[in-house]
Parts: sequence; structure tokens; C-alpha cells
Amino acid sequence: MTSAPRPRPGRDDAPDRLYTLTGGRSRSGSDAFDLVTLVVAECDPAPGMQSEHAAILRMCERPTAVVEISATLNLPVGIVRIMLCDLLDTGRISARHPRTARVADRLPDTDTLEQVLVGLRNL
Amino acid sequence: MDSAISDRAALQATADNGLKIVVVGGFGVGKTTMVRSVSEIRPLNTEETMTRAGEAVDDLDGVQSKTSTTVAFDFGRITLDARSVLYLFGAPGQERFWFLWDRLFSGTLGAVVLVDTRRLADSWYAIDRLEHHGTPFIVACNDFGGPLHTEQQIREALDLSPDVPLVECDARDRSSSKYVLITLVEHLHALSEARAKNAGAALAGGQGATAMTPERTL
Repeated sequence: MTSAPRPRPGRDDAPDRLYTLTGGRSRSGSDAFDLVTLVVAECDPAPGMQSEHAAILRMCERPTAVVEISATLNLPVGIVRIMLCDLLDTGRISARHPRTARVADRLPDTDTLEQVLVGLRNL
Repeated sequence: MDSAISDRAALQATADNGLKIVVVGGFGVGKTTMVRSVSEIRPLNTEETMTRAGEAVDDLDGVQSKTSTTVAFDFGRITLDARSVLYLFGAPGQERFWFLWDRLFSGTLGAVVLVDTRRLADSWYAIDRLEHHGTPFIVACNDFGGPLHTEQQIREALDLSPDVPLVECDARDRSSSKYVLITLVEHLHALSEARAKNAGAALAGGQGATAMTPERTL
């Protein structure tokens, strides 16, 4: 609240750059990537690779959530999702999607909730 | 960028299941404070933008324009065990945020509505929207040292259903914030068990004309 917001390339100042990052696309079938899908790199960054792709691969040596990638790269979630789609399509990353069942009334199963409770109580 | 990466604690290699809880509340109510008090990482922030084309907007220059909705939110992280990681999101409760709810927060376990008892009206909209989206929630009153209200007064002011838990907290305090999260998950657990029971009863009712109670089907 006290610190000035960082300039965000995704919002006002560089829309052209965003289109470059995503090859001109503004949407894709990237909704498969949840905010908390954990991304794991399947290869090392290669010379000549788009710098954001290389940054994602370095960041994801260990599992890293989509939203953490977005915050670290200072790019909107939607843009990151599109780049992740590209990396997934070319086999450079794998994705561990959330297992929480999206049932009609949106209540998670009791087993999952019990695991969460154990984890929280151990904090 | 490198510094941001280096102070980010990496997850265990076995982590494979991300979970979400959202803390919703008005400006200055303490969402970030609560996230920070329980998070294992310094809270990070990011944003999402949704463009909506073809809506009526002020059109001063005669050019067809698009409206875009940008929502910033912050988040923290709690490693629950070797496989599960809970992400805690602090999200603004204002109107434009709800356009992005499904895109950002579908699959959320549940929500905490964080309220300042001096500004209860700020929470009405968030509660209404959570009910609309069918997202289970609890209400936590962050202690700002304001005048004390009874639970009944707060429930009435928020028009809160009796089965929604209402707790007090100090968002700056780790154990207090942890208690809020546990209260939410216990509430979800109770709802989930009740649902399983109802589903069992409905199934039993459909399978046999005489099986009116779950006990009789065992």
C-alpha cells in the first residue's frame, strides 16, 4: 500500500511488446493453465530462444506456479499462459494441473480438505 | 529479474497439486497483511486483463474502442506437504474484479471475506457476488480497535446467513490468520460431508423404494 506500483509492461506502456511476445495472439487455448498449475522445465534454455521463454525455463527448474511466473516476469497472467502453451506444445515444459475436482457445486472432496487442515495446523 | 528469482524460495520437486484460497475485501482492510502473516514467501503481486469488445463506452473520437478490465492482486504461498501447495490470494472486492473471477479463481477451495467493522457496507457486494458464484466463504473481522459490535449486530448488518462462520482476527498476527484459514477449511469440510451424506441419501432413495434413510442401505 505504501510503495508506488511498479510499471507494468502489460498494461499501458508497451502493448506492442506484448504482441511480439505472443506472436500476435491475444488469446489461445491456454485456459488449461490454472493460476496454480505448477510448471516444470523439461530442458535447459537454448541460445537464440526468446528471452522470456528462457527465463521461464530457468525459473521452472523446480515446480513453479503460473502466477509466480507472472509476478516474477512482471507480465499479466494471460500473456504468460500463452507463452506457456507454446512451451508445452514444443515439449519444453510439463504442467502439473490442480487435482481439485471442479464439481458442480464447487465443494472440494473431504480427503483434500483433511490434507489441507493437517498442513495448516502444522504451520 | 534475477534478484526477484533468487529470493523466491523454490518448491520441492515433488510438488504437484496447487490449491487456492481467496481473501476478498475492500481497500485497506488488511488483505495483504493477512497474506503476508502466513505466507512462506514475501507476497508477490501481478495482474490480469480482460478485454471486452463492443460495449457502449464514451466514444469521443468516433473510433470503435474496446474496454479492458485490469485487476491487480497479490498472493502468498503455504507448502502443506510434499505434494500440495496452498496459494493465498488477496483480491479487491470492487465491481470490475468479478468479471475476472471465473478466469482467475475457478476451482478455489473457498474464500475469506475480510471486513473492517467500521466500514461493513464495503463488504456487501463481495458477499453478494460470492453467493452468486456459489463459492463457500466465511467472514473474518479484522480488529482495527474500532467500537465493539456484537456478533449479532455484525450478522444483521451483513445480512449473513446463520450457517456462515463469523470470526474475529488480527491480520497482522500469524496464529490469528492461521486460525481464520483453519476455520474456513473446517467449514468447507462440514459442507462437503453434508453434501456427501445428502448424495448418499438421494442415491439410496433412487435405488430402492424402501430405503428412505442411509442407515437402512448399509
